[in-house]
Amino acid sequence: MAKVEEPLHQSLHEISGAPPVIEPGHTFASVTDKISTIVLRRRTPLWWLVGFGLSFTLAMVLFYTIGYLVLTGIGIWGNNIPVGWAFDIINFVWWIGIGHAGTLISAILLLLRQQWRTSINRFAEAMTLFAVACAGLYPALHTGRPWLDYWLLPYPNTMRMWPNFRSPLIWDVFAVSTYATVSLLFWYTGLIPDLATLRDRTRRRGAKIIYGILAMGWRGSARHWHRYETAYLLLAGLSTPLVLSVHTVVSFDFAVGIVPGWHATIFPPYFVAGAIYAGFAMVLILAIPLRKVYGLEGFITMRHLRNMAKIMLATGLIVAYGYMMESFMAWYSGNTYEAFMIRNRMTGPYWYMYWMLILFNVAIPQVLWVRRFRGNVPLLFVVSLSVSIGMWLERYVIIVTSLHRDFLPSSWGMYSGTRWDYAMFFGSIGLFLSLFFLFIRFLPMISIFEMRTILPQAEVAGEKPTATRLPETGGPQESPA
Amino acid sequence: MKKTPGLYGLMAEFDDPNDVIAAARRAYAAGYRRMNAYSPYPIEELAEAIGFHRNALPLIVLIGGVLGGLGGYLLQVWTSVIEYPINIAGRPLHSWPAFIPVTFECTVLGAALFAVLGMLALNKLPQPYHPVFNVPRFELASRSLFFFCIESNDPKFDPQETRRFLESLGPREVTDVEF
Repeated sequence: MAKVEEPLHQSLHEISGAPPVIEPGHTFASVTDKISTIVLRRRTPLWWLVGFGLSFTLAMVLFYTIGYLVLTGIGIWGNNIPVGWAFDIINFVWWIGIGHAGTLISAILLLLRQQWRTSINRFAEAMTLFAVACAGLYPALHTGRPWLDYWLLPYPNTMRMWPNFRSPLIWDVFAVSTYATVSLLFWYTGLIPDLATLRDRTRRRGAKIIYGILAMGWRGSARHWHRYETAYLLLAGLSTPLVLSVHTVVSFDFAVGIVPGWHATIFPPYFVAGAIYAGFAMVLILAIPLRKVYGLEGFITMRHLRNMAKIMLATGLIVAYGYMMESFMAWYSGNTYEAFMIRNRMTGPYWYMYWMLILFNVAIPQVLWVRRFRGNVPLLFVVSLSVSIGMWLERYVIIVTSLHRDFLPSSWGMYSGTRWDYAMFFGSIGLFLSLFFLFIRFLPMISIFEMRTILPQAEVAGEKPTATRLPETGGPQESPA
Repeated sequence: MKKTPGLYGLMAEFDDPNDVIAAARRAYAAGYRRMNAYSPYPIEELAEAIGFHRNALPLIVLIGGVLGGLGGYLLQVWTSVIEYPINIAGRPLHSWPAFIPVTFECTVLGAALFAVLGMLALNKLPQPYHPVFNVPRFELASRSLFFFCIESNDPKFDPQETRRFLESLGPREVTDVEF
């Protein structure tokens, strides 16, 4: 039966002209074995130990900095009036933005039925979780007394005080905590069937018990799958507006304030596009080495890399449009302060930051217009790094150049990060990479069950179920095999 | 409803998704109702073939979303208007546009929590023990094989009769599932 189906499947690929999203020749068993062996093999590869060791060293720098910060106070950072928000919010927005690609891949591309998302969604979702964890550190520590952070939440207390729900900062608390929770639910729900596979495949007792507990007794029953698919689809539907709302709310932190350079209605879409841009760059940064060292070129194919490059190009253009509109509105509005702000950005003391931003975020990524360059893996890696740096610079420019010279020249000042600022920033990259290394060692980085569904032999004979399908009459509708 | 002691059901093993769907359809046509199929990935047709149509989950998610949204909005109204009203330049206390972002986030949170917890509850998970795990080859159900099980509490179930029926469906193997 499967053999009858095969020519049809191949011809479909020929008609659509797109290369397959999975290397031909795979079976249910081979896909399962290939992905689960990465996790289940006993020997930890040397490069993993080295990579994890380096990342964890950086993470220790973060922990040390946090220890010193909590004992001393946030005076060790460079923030001071007039630049009261600096690295803490730059890094917060940068990390939150990176997380967005994970949700975009897992939710929006699922709803759009983009089959190619299947082999990259799991690790992109993990990336989201770890990025949100890194992001959350900054506002939590910026409060200065992180042990009182629960004051951010509305709870009945003896002071009879409540958060101010008219403030974008409290919207942020709700948006980011909801985003973290829903991302975790989505990721874990997606993992359940794969955890069951690991439970069934491992020969080690300890691993069997741990994976068994995590899989919660999943047995792949048709009734379970049916509800599971409903839950997964609904989660995707819920995550789609959620992910758009999160960076919108983050942009409100700025747009609701009256500071020149922040008070702009273009901020929500421009921030969301920037988030997706930075996120896809990070997915590429992670995917390119991963597919190489694990030999996963058959699963994460050139088509995946090319598609991601195209999304990066498109969102990058939206971001570039945002920069253009900022300059245009500064002139068109006739507002003196706005006009000064943009001139100060381009030619003031931080001019080099602005022009580096344009170079990394607007100029370099334009090479992706060329088809040949989109297929050049090392170049894609370099462009992705450039976008990551560019997006960090964008937040630096928005925050520091807007704050350091606002309405009153008497309150102007300069800002620069201290060594603790940089220690925390690079330390959080270490934490992110450490978590990611642990993830690829202990959990399947590609969704195994979803990979099975895109194999040609998974296609069920007969018509795809459609709305016109007749209700079950109790008898078999097709002649049995 | 007669029950065969010690026997949960009879399990047939297939290696092609089309075969297991055909088997499920034939069993449904033959009048069996208490049956289940197991596959390494979701197959919509399989759930239909065993006669599973009702799914309460969308309603549960709707309830979760409505509860979350209402809860979030009422929390804000109660704290800002009743419990802790602050008059700032005579602006209205019930400033509903400012309450929309949190209401939206609470709606999504409520719906998502109900979706996942509702799915697990309806599926009766976590369930550490289930008789089908006693079938030695069942661990391949999460890898590459498809299983179809007619349960012993089906009114039509008869150990010999049902086994003959399952064997007529062309499985690789038919095994007893013990408790």
